[in-house]
Amino acid sequence: MTWTIIVAAVLVLVLWSFWVSWRASRLDRLHNRVEAARAALDLALVRRASAAADLASSGQLDPATSLLLADAVGRARQAEPPERDLAESDLTRALRATLGAAGVRTELAESDPEGAAELLGAVEKASQQVFIARKFYNDLAGRTIDARRRPLARTLHLSGRARAPEFFEMDDALTHGEG
Amino acid sequence: MRIGIACPYSWDVPGGVQQHIRDLAEALIEMGHEVSVIAPADEDRPLPPYVVPAGRAVPVPYNGSVARLAFGPLTANRVRRWLRDGEFDVLHAHEPAVPSLSLLACWVAAGPIVATVHTAMRKSRWLLASMPVLRSALEKIDGRIAVSEAARSTFVEHVGGDAVLIPNGVATHRYREAAPLDGWPGAGGAIGFLGRMDESRKGLSVLLRAFELLAPERPGLRLLIAGNGDADEHRDKLPERLRDRAVFLGEVSEADKVRLLHSVDVFCSPNTGGESFGIVTAEAMAAGAPIVASDIPAFRDVLRDGQAGELFATGDPADLARAAARLLDDPARRAELSLAALDAVAAYDWSVVAGNVVSVYETVVLGRATVGIAE
Repeated sequence: MTWTIIVAAVLVLVLWSFWVSWRASRLDRLHNRVEAARAALDLALVRRASAAADLASSGQLDPATSLLLADAVGRARQAEPPERDLAESDLTRALRATLGAAGVRTELAESDPEGAAELLGAVEKASQQVFIARKFYNDLAGRTIDARRRPLARTLHLSGRARAPEFFEMDDALTHGEG
Repeated sequence: MRIGIACPYSWDVPGGVQQHIRDLAEALIEMGHEVSVIAPADEDRPLPPYVVPAGRAVPVPYNGSVARLAFGPLTANRVRRWLRDGEFDVLHAHEPAVPSLSLLACWVAAGPIVATVHTAMRKSRWLLASMPVLRSALEKIDGRIAVSEAARSTFVEHVGGDAVLIPNGVATHRYREAAPLDGWPGAGGAIGFLGRMDESRKGLSVLLRAFELLAPERPGLRLLIAGNGDADEHRDKLPERLRDRAVFLGEVSEADKVRLLHSVDVFCSPNTGGESFGIVTAEAMAAGAPIVASDIPAFRDVLRDGQAGELFATGDPADLARAAARLLDDPARRAELSLAALDAVAAYDWSVVAGNVVSVYETVVLGRATVGIAE
């Protein structure tokens, strides 16, 4: 009788440890994926700033508009993590204000149709990529945070030294109805 | 002369640059010149006859905060139209380095251009290097004016070269005489403050701290404070027993502001920095108020190094208390300072300042055609 109990207990223990190991590696994968998503978001933000900078220094826009964009790009590029989301939101607002100003797109189209289309297109595409990358990142961050909070993960410290991801909140809606 | 003035900020929003342009325009008109000012404005509000509205200013992030500016092709076209119709002898653009109307005016104009810089602005080298359209617009400026030493650096940073220093004017006649507010200064004496309370650079907390030091020996001494901000927050900085001796008026009308300047025994400018000129201090001088001010460069200049007003160590409440106490106890010295202040501020009266500005206009206009549109 005792043997049965012992064998059963060992079996349960073995199964349980497999399960814990699986949970740990799932958490590990989540952490890796969220880091990759964060890197993708950072890259998208940098690309957007770059496209905006190209537009600003193209000479196709009036100097006031160019200066507003260049100023916003400069701040977004230089912002350190605590202020990063604010600076990037400001860049979004600057893009909205400048590209949304009456007559901007028509004037660009008239002065240099191909060049203007390329510059504008690059900014719009980059903005869209920021929107998507941020969505994916925040989604993963949320799932990772939830997984870390589960009782098993907490008591057994399954996250190890991995830091909890933070949501990246910013204004990233451009005029075409995204977000 | 026919003078076209470009204003980068909304006409109907209170601001130093707008007030400067208003006073300059009126002084020039008084001198017999024809003046037109183009400015962003809400067309529903009534405008003086010399102002041409250029559409509304739009809130946009700039320089670390939200600014209301006018930019874009529509605005540029409005400026072109104004220039074409105006046939000005000279274009006078204010704050040309700000991305708004004045910069656009420099960009579209061809002809004599004078520009006045009001604030010190720094731009990164990268920004200037990557924007030839900005540099070329600014390089078209023939006559450069700065309202302060600090503002002068803006020209140096952006396009190299120097600027003529012509400080802000004060319409002194508006400040000379006024009835004190009822019950002021009162038998125990009064110290006045005027400014945005919540901006720590305005130095209100230094004054409050100094008042704590002064109050025990002077039971009747009161503070008279005006300007926008959270009065309760500041009043609570004082110990409870002193709170009813500090009177906060909030924002006051122009007329009441002048009366306030005549309602105190001592006017205090405790600014800790960031002042390129100190228009409030100059207004107090024009009212003949005995002044105690921090020894920042702007105040040292305007108060003639302590001759037209007492200076104290910036940010030091004990030193402020000492200086204020000296004045409160010495009516003869207060009268002396009052006269010296009135004398010193005469150099900043708008009639004098406008004359200096016209000299700059005349210099750049010599032998040139009127202002037109650049192709």
